[in-house]
Amino acid sequence: MSTPSLAVKPVAPFRFSGVLRNLLRATRRNRKAMAGAILLLVFLVLAIFPGQIAPDDPSAEIFAPGMGPSAHHLLGTTAYGQDILSQLVWGTRLSIIIAFAAGGLATALAVLVGVSAAYLGGIADGILSLITDVILVIPIFPLVIVIAAYRKNAGLFTLIVVLGALGWSYGARQLRSQTLSMRTRDFLESARVRGERRLYVILYEILPTMTSLIVASFLGAALYAVLTAAGLQFIGLGDPNSQSWGTMLYWAENNEALGAGMPLWAIAPGICVALLGAAFALLNYAFDEISNPALRPSRRRRREDLSK
Amino acid sequence: MTGDCMLDVRDLTVVYDSDRGPIVAVDHVDLDLSEREFLAIVGESGCGKSTLLYAISQLLSPPAEVIGGEVIFRGANMVSLDEGRLRSIRWRHLSVVMQSAMNALNPVLTVAAQMRDVCRAHSSMSDAEIEARSKEVLRLVSIDPVHLHSYPHQLSGGMRQRAMIAMALLFTPDLVIMDEPTSALDVVAQRSLMVQVKQLQEKLGFAVIFVTHDVSLVRHFSDRLMVMYAGQLVELGATRDVFEQPLHPYTRGLLEAFPSIHGPKVRLLGIPGAPPDLARPPAGCRFAPRCPSASERCLASVPRLLTVGGIRVRCVIHDQVPAEVAQ
Amino acid sequence: MRFVARRLGFFVVTLWAAMTTNFLIPRLMPGNAALAMMSRYRGRLNPSSLRAIEIAFGVNNHQSLVRAYFTYLGNIVRGRFGVSLTFFPDAVTHDVLQALPWTLALVGVTTILAFVLGTLVGLVAAWRRGGMLDSVLPPIFVITSAFPYFWLALLSIWLFSIKLGWLPTSGGYNVTDNVAWSWAFISDALEHSILPAATILVTSIGGWILTMRNNMISVLAEDYVRMARAKGLSPWRVMWSYAGRNAILPNLTGFAMSLGFVVSGAILVEFVFNYPGVGWMFLQSVENQDYALMQGLFFMIIIAVLTAILAADAATAILDPRTRDLG
Repeated sequence: MSTPSLAVKPVAPFRFSGVLRNLLRATRRNRKAMAGAILLLVFLVLAIFPGQIAPDDPSAEIFAPGMGPSAHHLLGTTAYGQDILSQLVWGTRLSIIIAFAAGGLATALAVLVGVSAAYLGGIADGILSLITDVILVIPIFPLVIVIAAYRKNAGLFTLIVVLGALGWSYGARQLRSQTLSMRTRDFLESARVRGERRLYVILYEILPTMTSLIVASFLGAALYAVLTAAGLQFIGLGDPNSQSWGTMLYWAENNEALGAGMPLWAIAPGICVALLGAAFALLNYAFDEISNPALRPSRRRRREDLSK
Repeated sequence: MTGDCMLDVRDLTVVYDSDRGPIVAVDHVDLDLSEREFLAIVGESGCGKSTLLYAISQLLSPPAEVIGGEVIFRGANMVSLDEGRLRSIRWRHLSVVMQSAMNALNPVLTVAAQMRDVCRAHSSMSDAEIEARSKEVLRLVSIDPVHLHSYPHQLSGGMRQRAMIAMALLFTPDLVIMDEPTSALDVVAQRSLMVQVKQLQEKLGFAVIFVTHDVSLVRHFSDRLMVMYAGQLVELGATRDVFEQPLHPYTRGLLEAFPSIHGPKVRLLGIPGAPPDLARPPAGCRFAPRCPSASERCLASVPRLLTVGGIRVRCVIHDQVPAEVAQ
Repeated sequence: MRFVARRLGFFVVTLWAAMTTNFLIPRLMPGNAALAMMSRYRGRLNPSSLRAIEIAFGVNNHQSLVRAYFTYLGNIVRGRFGVSLTFFPDAVTHDVLQALPWTLALVGVTTILAFVLGTLVGLVAAWRRGGMLDSVLPPIFVITSAFPYFWLALLSIWLFSIKLGWLPTSGGYNVTDNVAWSWAFISDALEHSILPAATILVTSIGGWILTMRNNMISVLAEDYVRMARAKGLSPWRVMWSYAGRNAILPNLTGFAMSLGFVVSGAILVEFVFNYPGVGWMFLQSVENQDYALMQGLFFMIIIAVLTAILAADAATAILDPRTRDLG
């Protein structure tokens, strides 16, 4: 990326780390953010080191089928004789990948479309906004089902691309209105007067101030990706041979796990989806509080502390 | 031509709860107001004048809180009154005009509806009587009553502001508190609004506390002038006296920052520096760092409030008593 | 009513975009799923119906893409979606209209209920800040709003149906019953809808409570709420007409955007409970590669979503006079 003004402005890269530091500090002080962050961390560890944590090979159908929890199998076994706990641990990887990849793609597109629409204005804004609104309104789930239907099922790559390519509209709207409110701010005017190029203005002046909104957008997109992917796999449109929580639920449902005395097979992966989703939701909610102090829980100080 | 004392504020202190610790926004302020009197309160942004207004009318919300002092209005201490009794005083005896009518008027209700609900809350007037009275107050501020059924966003800025003033006069209260009602207007509209307010005051006989950062605006309209700095009262006296002979260095700086159009051309002087951080106020006089007449004595402790020829001022320059004895 | 016209225009544009996407998808997919489907129709349909389906899915491309497209659009406008394979020889429109009332009753009612209840609870929670509702509910609902619909559905089936045996496991009604407007049938249908309805309600109410609470908190800090307090209005009136009516506006806009989740939730819940609504039929058609039915149902879903959005927009226009004037 060639930005000749970069040489003249050593301050610019410095700003990103400063913003990051503020975010980390804010996260540490907020209880909800901490809870969400810890949950997410746990899942990340599971996703990165599944082999070390899971007791068995998740697809190995070697154990006695349909057993309840026991010492060897903390969560019991499936109707095919697989260890449920191992499946859960290995399934984390797929969910995390989907969350971050689809969420990241959607957020990147949201930033691109939202900020450009607001900054360019005029007809470009009109067209981009119309596209955003149309995609926003069309329900994604049925559309993804239709796509998967013609392909017989949706593998990991398809899921990520489709979810990312369709889930950016909400974030784009928010980013656009935020950028619009900033167009007339003084520091942007001064950048323009200084003669900075548009790209510079966008990258180094606008984006850093919207970091918390972008992060919130990502968290929302990740949450939606996890839930939608799980839903798709559950109804059988994911890759039935993959190791994921949604697929576990699919096989559990197909084998009537609930009725046939293997409830954990269905309940456990659901809990995982719920927990991962909750992690993102908590972080998202906490970010709302961080960027809008009025929403924070109100503390009441005692009068005696304050009187002189 | 003012009357008996109607408002007596004693030792009022307001604290904001913030991330950096408690901030004393209003620091042991005393003031009194007589009937039909026009009192102007001036100061920089952040000096606490708006907070003082809302503290007097008991309209503060968390994290701001009154933690000390009394506000005696018509014989009752507003600070200790419960909501029910406060409500019976509101609007009938004490009404408020806020800075931006666009923000102070409910955007989803018509002007008529907003006047109607306050009339219903405090009286048993019939709908017809309410409508008649609403039109009457609109006429008082030179607004064509046809606008009664408009929404706030359909009126111009000046009209909105005057509509708010009209609403404040529905019950011809004893005291109208105005928080920078002209700041959102252009200079011409400002002056015409001031003239109108003064005329109404003389006609209907209510007292006014008028907060502004523009001291030149109130020069010809206010009976008394009060200057605030960093949460403290620094000067209070008859307007003409204060203008002719400002006792506090800050007041002097303020007046010199607003030169007169008439008279000789003078150099435009500001006041260098910035107000202190109220989370960590200095031990001595808060204006000392910016004061051209500051001395050692100023930094030691907060100067006490003195009365010099009818004007109250918080400055050691006028304190004849030596520092050691003054404690 | 320029506002309404604009929204209707948007309605049409979105519908067109969705159906065009629907047209393009089978043609963009590798392999030709439609071809396989065609063989199942052969011998069972008259030639003209067969033709229509060939055109709709791009099989046997005798026509140019553009001509096929316009024929397809024309068919949609005339409501000709072809014949369903799953429920052969029903016309697609017939099946769609049969499933619709079930979904409206279940999803429609519970979504509106969740919105109304959630908004009310959020309103009260924010009004009593720091109270029990405000401190306890938000964290709980943040978590429950992340629950996948279908998992909660499975859980509730397991708990209430299998373990406790209180409620039926699946279906919209007992298959042995006659589908008629008899009390027996209706009460049976109601019994079957309790679990699915509860699932949807519990999962979606959290979001409304949270957003309404946050909106209220922002609105409560506005000047016009402080002005309402200054006017001495009853707390009830302040909460409803001043704060509540303004706070609900962003929620209405949010309603439109949440419909995506509502639809996905509806599909999954109907699937888990085998509830004979549009969502369930949609998934049936996918499983059977009954693309004609799938398209018809997809169209129905889009229409339903757009209608809901129009309704929310109309409500906003009624409550907020500013939108009416913007046009």
